[in-house]
Amino acid sequence: MYDGVYSEKVIDHFTNPRNVGEIEDADGVGTVGNAKCGDIMRIYLDIDHETQIIKDCKFKTFGCGAAVATSSMATEMVKGKTIQEALKVTNKAVMEALDGLPQVKIHCSLLAEEAVHAALWDYAERNGIKIDGLKRPKKDVHDGEE
Amino acid sequence: MLISEGMEMTAGTIYLDNASTTPLRKGVLDAMMPFLTEGYGNPASIHPMGKAPRDAVAHARESVASLIAADPSEIYFTSGGSESDSWALKSVVLGPHSRGNHVIVSSIEHHAILNTCSYLRSMGVDVTYLPVDKDGLIDPAVVEDSIRSDTAIISVMTANNEIGSIQPIQEIGKIAHEHGVLFHTDAVQAYGQIDLNVTRDNIDLLSASAHKLGGPKGVGFLYVRKGIRLDPLIHGGEQERGIRGGTTNVPGVVGFGKAAELASISMRENSEHERMLRDHLVSRVLDEIPYTKLNGHPTSRLPGNANISFAFVEGESLLMSMAMKGICVSTGSACASGSLDPSHVLLAIGLDHATAHGSLRFTVSSENTMEEIDHTVEVLKEVVGRLRAMSPLYEDYLRNEVKEKG
Ligand SMILES: Cc1ncc(COP(=O)(O)O)c(C=O)c1O
Repeated sequence: MYDGVYSEKVIDHFTNPRNVGEIEDADGVGTVGNAKCGDIMRIYLDIDHETQIIKDCKFKTFGCGAAVATSSMATEMVKGKTIQEALKVTNKAVMEALDGLPQVKIHCSLLAEEAVHAALWDYAERNGIKIDGLKRPKKDVHDGEE
Repeated sequence: MLISEGMEMTAGTIYLDNASTTPLRKGVLDAMMPFLTEGYGNPASIHPMGKAPRDAVAHARESVASLIAADPSEIYFTSGGSESDSWALKSVVLGPHSRGNHVIVSSIEHHAILNTCSYLRSMGVDVTYLPVDKDGLIDPAVVEDSIRSDTAIISVMTANNEIGSIQPIQEIGKIAHEHGVLFHTDAVQAYGQIDLNVTRDNIDLLSASAHKLGGPKGVGFLYVRKGIRLDPLIHGGEQERGIRGGTTNVPGVVGFGKAAELASISMRENSEHERMLRDHLVSRVLDEIPYTKLNGHPTSRLPGNANISFAFVEGESLLMSMAMKGICVSTGSACASGSLDPSHVLLAIGLDHATAHGSLRFTVSSENTMEEIDHTVEVLKEVVGRLRAMSPLYEDYLRNEVKEKG
């Protein structure tokens, strides 16, 4: 089906995804991806304003096995971290934590990184603050039939 | 392999992917075995070792021909459906016996046809892609309108591999002939599944493949109506009347012949059984899982094919979840095949991208049972529910529902 195969970690995070769900009154929400590519990810963040620590992080994902697994792993990796630490959770780090992804699925890990950034951007906008090193996320498309 | 390299077919596995390939039917391996062992001779040999293979290939040629009411001399064995498709199209437009510079195909052909067309276009050939309606059917009137003075061939598949729709090939063939154009049909999915007759159905060229009807992989044929002159695709010796080189794949051809024989005996009975299982599957899924829809024509479709869209969920994660429960199905969702576009067939019948991505194909065989189908539905309900619970699209949908109602 693809050149590579899914690692056991990917299978585990796909079968038992961590942190699935919504956070009511989340401090930041980010949705990235579009239906055309077949992957849409939404990340919810609960952030402590004082300490800038991500207290909770949940996700919802429409996508392939790799998309679900990277969402799950990314939420695990940013939970409990400060915003600045969370920004260092790159797609590469998520991929490594999953023991790699097949070549054709690497875009999924990029999406997870973008979703976290989009949620942080949303948090910053809502609170009128600027987060060092955070760039405006790519367009927040999720119906994109373009 | 999808999940892991070591995944094996276990006793609990439910195989609902028969359009992809089929297991060897009972009796086929036995028929092949002598030609993998002591009957290893080359059918082209004049010495005694050539005789048994030669006779067996001749017998197989009769068997595969009779299933489409063709003459054995019109059958040319190939390495499978892809070769037959490539050969049919290339040889009538390229080379010394070109019949014109224009080809008409449907937009939902298998890639064996579509990628051959891309290649032809790169060689300067014009290709017209016929649209299909929402059920995946071609309108013969549109075929007629597309014919030009330089049209060499019309190629429309008998039945589609993803959604199972059966095309009005008899009418399309008639139109082709009224305009002096050749008619080719890719019958890889239909051969041995539905009744075909090359004369009645106005077919000049027809592709078939053994592994879709319980024969071995790597063998097929191209039917070529008597009187049509084809240049070879594979140049070589005098095999297959000098237009398809290569030492005959004797065990493969013999297995193909046996599978065709078995199909001619049991086709009617098997398709009744398949239809019953398929209809049961479809009606249970549509009744018991909300936001689902059957793709393809409701009645003009292969008996064993069901293609269903599950709104708000993505096909590969559906497929993986089913695979983990031992149920083998397939998806036109392309994430799975490495390109990001969903199936060209599902887009051609008008599905939006999200829906096209969330579609599964179930193809049953006569070996499947009612219990297997019921178990599949139970697993589907659980899996779809789980994936919807984590889908942002479903969340948005429910939110809008609340808004509209409130
Ligand atoms: C409609 C159709 N055409 C052609 C092919 C290719 O056949 P083969 O695998 O024998 O090359 C297939 C099989 O996947 C098919 O379904």
